[in-house]
Formats: sequence, structure tokens, C-alpha cells
Amino acid sequence: MDNNNQQTWEPKIYAFLCNWCSYEGADLAGGGRRIYPANVRIIRVPCSGRIDPVFILKSFERGADGVLVSGCHPGDCHYTEGNYFARRKFVLVKKLLEYVGIEPERFQARWISASEAIKFVETVKEMTENIRKLGPNTKLVKNIKEEITCQ
Amino acid sequence: MRIGVFICHCGTNISGVVDVVKLAESISHYPGVVISKENKYMCSDPGQNLIKSAVKEYNLDRIVVASCTPKLHENTFRACLEDLGLNPYMLEIANIREQCSWVHSDNPELATKKAEDLIKMAIARVRFAKELTCSKVTIERRALVIGGGVAGIQSALDIANAGYHVTLVERTPSIGGRMAQLDKTFPTLDCSACILTPKMVEANRHHLIKILTYSEVEEVSGFVGSFEVTIRMKSRSVEMKKCTGCGMCQSKCPVKVDSEFDEGLSKRRAIYMPFPQAVPNIPVIDRANCRYFLEKKCGVCKKVCPSDAIDYDQEDTILKEKFGSITIATGFDLFDHSAYGEYGYGKLKNVITSIQYERLVNSSGPTGGHIIRPSDGKEAKKVAFISCVGSRDNKMGKPYCSKVCCMYTAKHALLLKEHVPDAEAYIFYIDIRAAGKNYEEFVYRVQENYRVKYIRGRVSKIFEEGDNLIVRGFDTLSGESIEMEFDLVVLAVGVIPRKDSDSFARMLNISLDANHFVGELHPKLAPVEKNTPGIFLSGSCQYPRDIPESVAMAGAAAVKSLSLFAKEFLTSEPMISEVNTSICTGCLNCKNICPYRAINEEEIKDLDGKIRIVAKVNETICRGCGTCVASCPSQCINLKGVSNEQILAAIEAL
Repeated sequence: MDNNNQQTWEPKIYAFLCNWCSYEGADLAGGGRRIYPANVRIIRVPCSGRIDPVFILKSFERGADGVLVSGCHPGDCHYTEGNYFARRKFVLVKKLLEYVGIEPERFQARWISASEAIKFVETVKEMTENIRKLGPNTKLVKNIKEEITCQ
Repeated sequence: MRIGVFICHCGTNISGVVDVVKLAESISHYPGVVISKENKYMCSDPGQNLIKSAVKEYNLDRIVVASCTPKLHENTFRACLEDLGLNPYMLEIANIREQCSWVHSDNPELATKKAEDLIKMAIARVRFAKELTCSKVTIERRALVIGGGVAGIQSALDIANAGYHVTLVERTPSIGGRMAQLDKTFPTLDCSACILTPKMVEANRHHLIKILTYSEVEEVSGFVGSFEVTIRMKSRSVEMKKCTGCGMCQSKCPVKVDSEFDEGLSKRRAIYMPFPQAVPNIPVIDRANCRYFLEKKCGVCKKVCPSDAIDYDQEDTILKEKFGSITIATGFDLFDHSAYGEYGYGKLKNVITSIQYERLVNSSGPTGGHIIRPSDGKEAKKVAFISCVGSRDNKMGKPYCSKVCCMYTAKHALLLKEHVPDAEAYIFYIDIRAAGKNYEEFVYRVQENYRVKYIRGRVSKIFEEGDNLIVRGFDTLSGESIEMEFDLVVLAVGVIPRKDSDSFARMLNISLDANHFVGELHPKLAPVEKNTPGIFLSGSCQYPRDIPESVAMAGAAAVKSLSLFAKEFLTSEPMISEVNTSICTGCLNCKNICPYRAINEEEIKDLDGKIRIVAKVNETICRGCGTCVASCPSQCINLKGVSNEQILAAIEAL
């Protein structure tokens, strides 16, 4: 995606979804033909516990304007308790991102079950709108082209 | 690296929105992509043949299919690769139907752009795909059943009848469980003991069933196919081989304590069999109450035993055995009604629980089947039955319906009328829930033929006045307040999880549901399985169950064990964690957070001969959640199939 052109700029959102709940929830949104903004790029992971904070930082570094992480509801994890570990990590990541100046709206953690297509759609809509208002993310972004020319 | 990209039209489901022809063209120029093709239906035989011929023609080693969700056809395409002799995990699916064409039909241009992005991400991921294989694991073809109630007995019988060894572990001195305490069963009014005892005896005589009563499971480790279980057989203080079950000891024992089996309505001795039909028919000494153990006096039972079976020095036996599967049939406890102030905090003598009433009406019970009041031994002529005591009550933290109470309360009222024909029965209820074969007809019969009066409304207060009890309540159908005098009040106490269910779950490393019952794998499609493979559920440990349901669950759980035993070997999950021991620092962060206890420490020898500790993943236990990977500070543990490299490549693809 081209982030440099302000006029055609569209928010780019990465969504890390767990295989068993949230990914299925997104699939269900498709089955129900629920229209949502085409700004989200879904990355399937087995469990929200699989999401390494590095993935989130890397996403911002690579020009993501927002990152959504979502797993099964607490107590419903396919792997019993992976989402509890995820939750603890996300709290810290959120603080870290705020510390480096990334607006809190850009990083969202949700629990979306396989039956909550509407919640997924609403989350994506809400995030896209919020990020559109904020404009492109500039923090943490690594401009590879610039780096290459510097070298 | 030779990647082939295959884009599906899915009829018009995808191609109606996404410009697949243009997409195939633009993707074909992407680095690493050798060939990019589109087809009407990739999952169909012609579609798969297209993939197969392309793989051969262009010598492809990795495949990306852009189609519907991987949940639908990932396995189809994996099989397709396997047919070609490629490793089935050299595949990545780009979900451009559910997560693109179907949800972005309002903007075909952006949808096509997104589809391209998704395919690029899949290509990036497949570049780091590695060949994965499953390893084979042998199966210990023996089953452990925990809990000797009707669910456990039936499960053990079903497995043993199929020809496999079963060990049935029961905590109390006899198998039989709750069903042995019941008088009659609804809605057929079969005598509970009469239908249960033959099963108990059958289990006891079965040459493939080993019954361990007065025993508890203390530790479980291992995994499906080979659980290592430690069982503590508590000392009975009676030698099982010598004892003939004559009962001389318990008739001469001087100590009397409340009988658990009769729910405190009668006394048992310190050396006792819980009930006459107990299996095995061998007493135990309750050391907490025995005078020999408390004061080193007495010793009467040893003196009178004709077969010299009493052994005061007997010690607990620890048994370590391997099992292929574990069936949990630990049953339930009953709600303690002393939490209800309006019902007298459990202090009113003539307010009894439903299970006490079962013992009262039982002809082999403490009163010989006479329904008499605990306070003065008078026959009860007017009895109130109150339902939903500790169920459907948020105040008590029990929001769920205990399911069996409506039916047994109807049965109790009927039995009252049969035992004392001129008695009056009143049932205070919220709703009558009689969903089950012949249940509704039964309730109707109780109302019509036995003239039991149903009053819809909760009771607000029960208090003593003279010898009798006054029940105050509100009839929500007539809108009138009620104040009536009764001889006896029976509370339909709710079914609750075993009080030690939390520690039990920790021991087995399994999850409980919100009400602390043992949670099932899937509420609809896997009701007798746990998320830990090889652990199955039977009976009321999962949710309040009546007898037919418990027996049905027992059979279902047995089949799950049997289908496991029928396999030649188990295959491990290929997408699991692996440790790069050369950089593992041995911090064992991963070991501490693994939800399956699949990671252990291992000593390895370095190149310079030094011994150091690293993490080791047990391939059969690991389920591939990847929580360990995300917590490894040195990134030395990785998830096969969903590696850090793959995810980072997907992020970097755009």
C-alpha cells in the first residue's frame, strides 16, 4: 500500500486472529455477507497466546496504521489458557506503545468468539474510522527506501 | 524456490467482486512465483488436476491457493499435495472469499487490492514453509475410570465388554454412588437399588475390570495413549483377601457415628460397610472415629473377627500404572441449604433435604420406609416440597437449573401418597421442567391421579410453631399470600460440582466451566470429550444429569476410549513447538507457561563437554498453541508451520 500519498491514503490495519474463535468469527462475517471496510489484513495464528509483541511492533514499523489482536473469550480458549497469557502481554504492549507516542486507538485487543461476526465487523468499522481520523501512523515507522539511500 | 499460485473463482463468489484474471496476471510477476493460474472451482477435480499438472510441468515445490477459508479446503489441498509426493505442509491458503469478496462487495477495486495483499502475504508465508511430519506413538490399551457411580460403572463395563482392561477408582468404601442412595427412579418407579446392584456385581465379577475402592487418584502425568497415574489405596485396616463380609465386626463395634449413606438419619459404626449391598462387600475402619486409633483401646473387631482379617497396621498402598485414556465420572455434590436464612439456616429439625427424604422412603433405609419426622418420630401427614433450593438462584451463585429436581420432587410427592395414602402433598415451584421421555406424563399423573397440589411461587419463610412448621409464601398464579402449617418440609437441594473440583481439575490439568463443573470440549459436538485428548467425561461431573443421560454419556465416553484403543498407533500433531537447543538458555519460561505441561527440562552436553539445561518439548503432549514461542526471550523455541519467520514475512510482505 502506498502510504505517502495523502489523498489516496487508506488506513492499513493488521489483524492477528486466533484460529479457533476470532478467525472463525471473521469467516462468519463473510458467510453472512456483512460488509466492512477493506482496510484490514488478517493474519491467522493458532492462539492469541502465539502473538509475540514483536509482531505488533513490527507491524507498526512496516507501516501499519493500526493493529488488532483478538482471541477467544477468557475461559473459552481452545488451548485452555493461552489467551490469559496474551492478555497480560497486551496490557504491557499497550503501555509501551503509548510511551513511544502511538495513539492508544491504534492498538486494540478484543475477545471475539466464532459466533460474534457482528462484533468483529463493528470492531473493524470502529477502528478504521478512528484511525482515519488520526491519519497515518508516523511513530516507529522505518522507511526502508530512505535507509537504503543513506547507505 | 518454485511457488505456484492458484486463484479460485468459486463460481462467481470470488470472481464476481475480485478481478481474478487481472490478479493472476499481476501475481505471476511476483518474486519467486513461477506460475499463477485461475480456475472456476479449485477444489473440484478439474481444479485439483490443474494444480497437479502445473506442479509437474513447472516443478513447483510450494503452493498458494487463493480461495475460500482454510477451514473448508485446507485439508483438500494438503491431500492434493500429498498425492503429488510433496509434503502437505508446503501449502498456504489465502482466504479471499470469506475475508475479502464476500465482505467487500461494495468496492470491487479495493477488494481486488486486498486480495492481492492477502496472496502476497500467503506467498511470503509459504516461502518459509518447512516439511513437517507426524511421529507415531504407541497406545497403552487400558482405561482408567475415576468415580464408581452409575456413570463410571457403565463406562467401565462398556470398555471391558469390548475386551480392554479397565481400572475403576472409587473414593468411598463401595461403588454405587448416588444412585445407590435413591429409593425409586422417575418416571418408571423402578427400584433404584434393584437395577443398580446387578451392574455393580457385574462390574465386580468382570475379569477385565479392576475395582479400587477407598482409593483416590493422586497424580496424573503423561498424555493420551500413555497417562501415568498414581493411585492411593487408603488402608481399609481390613485384609480384603481374608474378609468374608460376615459383618460380625460392625455389629460389635461400640462406636456410633452419623451414617454418610443415610445422610445423617442413622448411625453407623467405626468399622462399617456403607450399605448392605456394598461392592466389595468388605468393611473399612474409619480411623478418625475408631477408638483403637484414637485411644489405643478397644480392639473389639479384631477379637470377634472369625477370619482374622482386621489389620490395624495396614498402610496406604501407592499404585503407579499407565493408562491410555481417562474417563472422569466423579459425579456431584448437593447444595448446602444452610445458606438460606428463609429456610431456617439448616437448623429446623423437620426441614430435610431431598436426599434425606430418599433415605426415609426407602424400605431398607433408617426408618424402614416410614416417612416420619426427625424431631419426634411422628408420621408426616402434610408435607411441603420446595423446589429450586440452590438452583436457578443468582443470589446463591447458582444460576443454572439442576435439571433433576422437578422430576424427583414429583416422585417424592407420589411416594408420600403411596406410603401414607391420607397424607397431603404440596409442591412449591417456579416452573415445572419435565423434558424427557415420559417425564411430562409422569408429572401430569402426579397432579391428576395422586392429587398433589402444585403452588407456583417461592417460599419466603419457614419457621417453627409448636411442633409444626409454618410455610409462608406467595401463590403467583392466584396472587394470594399463603401461610400453611406442615409436618415436614423437603427441600429440593440443587446439584453442585464436587467440592474439591478445583483441586481435582488442577491435578488433571483440565479446565472447569463457569459453574465449576468439568467443561467439555464442545457443548454441542464434543460433549463427552475434554480439550486434553484422551480424557473423557461421563455423568454429572459435566452438568447435572439424570440416570438415563448419565448412562448414555457413559457409553459415549466408552466409545471414545475404544476408538482410541482401536488405532494401531497415535500420530502426533505436526504443527508443534520445537526448541533450538543450541541457543536455548534454559530459563524455562516456556515450561512454566505451557498450558499442557508439554515442556520439560533436558540436560545436554555442549560441544565443549559442559552439561547444561535446555527446554524439551514432548511431541505428543504439545497441541501447538505457540504460547511458549511468544514468551521465549531468546527466540529459540519456534512453532512448526506457524513460525516467527513466517508471520514476520507476512507482516513484511506489504
